[in-house]
Amino acid sequence: MSRPYAKLPAWIDFGLIPLLNLVIAFAVAGLVVLMVGESPIAAARLMLQGAFGYGEGFGFTLYYTTNFIFTGLAVAVAFHAGLFNIGGEGQAYVGGLGVGLVSLVLDRLVPWWVTLPFAILGGFLFGALWALIPAWLQARRGSHIVITTIMFNFIAASLMVYLLVGPLKPVGSMNPQSRTLEAGAQLPKLDGLFAAFGADLGGAPLNITLFLALIAAFLVWLLIFRTRLGYELRTLGFSPPAARYAGMSQTRLIVIAMTISGGLAGLMALNPVIGDQYRVQIDLAAGAGFVGIAVALMGRAHPAGIIPAALLFGVLYQGGAELAFEMPSISRDMIVIIQGLVILFAGALENMLRPAVGGAYRRLRLPATQTLPVEEAT
Amino acid sequence: MELANILAIVDSAIRLSTPLLYAALAGLYSERSGIFDISLEGKMLLAAFASGVVAALSGSAVVGLLAGVMAAIGFSLVHGLASITYRGNQIVSGVALNFIAAGITVILGDAWFKQGGRTPQLDGAARFGDVVLPGAHALAPIPVIGPIYAEVISGQNVLVYVAFLMVPLTWWVLFRTRFGLRLRAVGENPAAVDTAGISVSWLRYRAVIICGVLTGLAGTYLAVAQAAGFNRDMTAGKGYIALAALIFAKWRPVPVMFACLLFGLLDAISIRIQGVSLPGVGEISVQFVQALPYVLTVVLLAGFVGKAIPPRAGGVPYVKER
Repeated sequence: MSRPYAKLPAWIDFGLIPLLNLVIAFAVAGLVVLMVGESPIAAARLMLQGAFGYGEGFGFTLYYTTNFIFTGLAVAVAFHAGLFNIGGEGQAYVGGLGVGLVSLVLDRLVPWWVTLPFAILGGFLFGALWALIPAWLQARRGSHIVITTIMFNFIAASLMVYLLVGPLKPVGSMNPQSRTLEAGAQLPKLDGLFAAFGADLGGAPLNITLFLALIAAFLVWLLIFRTRLGYELRTLGFSPPAARYAGMSQTRLIVIAMTISGGLAGLMALNPVIGDQYRVQIDLAAGAGFVGIAVALMGRAHPAGIIPAALLFGVLYQGGAELAFEMPSISRDMIVIIQGLVILFAGALENMLRPAVGGAYRRLRLPATQTLPVEEAT
Repeated sequence: MELANILAIVDSAIRLSTPLLYAALAGLYSERSGIFDISLEGKMLLAAFASGVVAALSGSAVVGLLAGVMAAIGFSLVHGLASITYRGNQIVSGVALNFIAAGITVILGDAWFKQGGRTPQLDGAARFGDVVLPGAHALAPIPVIGPIYAEVISGQNVLVYVAFLMVPLTWWVLFRTRFGLRLRAVGENPAAVDTAGISVSWLRYRAVIICGVLTGLAGTYLAVAQAAGFNRDMTAGKGYIALAALIFAKWRPVPVMFACLLFGLLDAISIRIQGVSLPGVGEISVQFVQALPYVLTVVLLAGFVGKAIPPRAGGVPYVKER
């Protein structure tokens, strides 16, 4: 039991085991559905139907996927540097402020494609700033980044409510939100593109932010696995003493990793603020920052894993909305449970199945007569 | 400010710091044994829900308490399984449990009682009552001491007294018993404990079980003593604040009590200054007051804590020698 876990082939490590963990997570979620008194099979069918069954549902699925790609990448970049950024929610929320402020200035002056680069910059900078303070505190003052980022989520929520019921609210309005942005800050929807392939997106808010998310995923891959900075970040994450011996500045790397992480979370806000609602509003991140944790864990912090993991959660979000409509006893909070279960089984309990799967693999591969040592401890 | 006002603030500070104290002591046992636990929040929430439900169904606060404690222990064991047996990432496990608790309490509460996630209102024997200490009425007329005794020391909830009794008890267990010595050792140098022939896993499991009992008490206090039933997301970040108090107190029982009282006091004051107009500042916005405990947590952790050195083996799964 106490032996170190043996090395297994990559397809088991990155394919089979995560898949099995996911299956267990969903089985447990099914038990919760049973406790509520509904049929898990029917619930799953409704979810899939809601997420894929018709054009509009699929559009919403991809819309949510866009959010989760950004937040998943945000968590992953910090992971590679050995940091746990739980503050994606707050960073995305404050990023929404950055996007919103830029757009409120530009939307009546210039077309959307002029606004977009500035909005990207605004979202990135504001999100990065919200991550920078915890990063600096961790690097220089030794306060635990997990706790400070959690605290910053709460502080972000208060700050945004303060701004939205006060300075950002148009005079005479009762709703806690900014004024509606005009055409100069409205990103094009993708319904035209999908119509070319014969799919009708209906009223789904899917917009070009999806492509930005995919570009961001590619850039993150480039950064982490193909640049010197990425190498340094991974070194810090793998072994802080090794990074120190190699002369890398821990403070610099922590601050850079968290800035990029917070910035990516901030970019998520593009999607709701100038892609869908055209305003800054209460709780605009809507839990996406937290979903990012599950997405990054499931995707093994690799962009190629994060995109499918984000899609899975996009399906859950859209399907969950549909499910809440059809089965009123299962509200959207079901997603939070599934999210937690995925984090538990794909993250914390990832080693649970390893000895059994490894043993089965070896038994299948090695003929019984061979007397090789069974464990190849590394 | 008059004495009566000050006493009212101190009184509510004590009540507000009680759940923090339970949770922080819970974290103390767990983290001293080398298991980081950011799922204090989730365990409190689950315990609050379980105790609220069972107290409502059984009509007995004590049965509710048992249910709350059992639920929190259940979560603790999952955390133990992930971080002790399967050597997973302890923070990831904690985050997962927090999400599961946040979701499951609402889903089940809504499905069972159809009150938007609330549990039925508790009254009478289904709640823990306040205890009037002997002589409170007799001493009340005495100036200064009388009101302090009658208002602040007497008349608190049973679970408040239990919480504050836990502080010397925890000190005694940790620093005056063999179990406590081993618990502290396993958080600093598990290999040494292992060499002495003592099971690292079993020690750590006992620590997380104690953590479950105490978070169970914390949650029960919230739902069955302080409030009259469970409310959606009723912990509202208290688990994290307790964690901050624990770090602020450098993982020592008596300072933990003072740290919790400090956070409780801040909370009590922040409730009072809502809508009050201060000279030179004007009216303080509600949002600022709500954010205050979190801002102060960050500031305290960053600035005044000195160097908080966590237990050395904290967060590191123990692998017996190869």
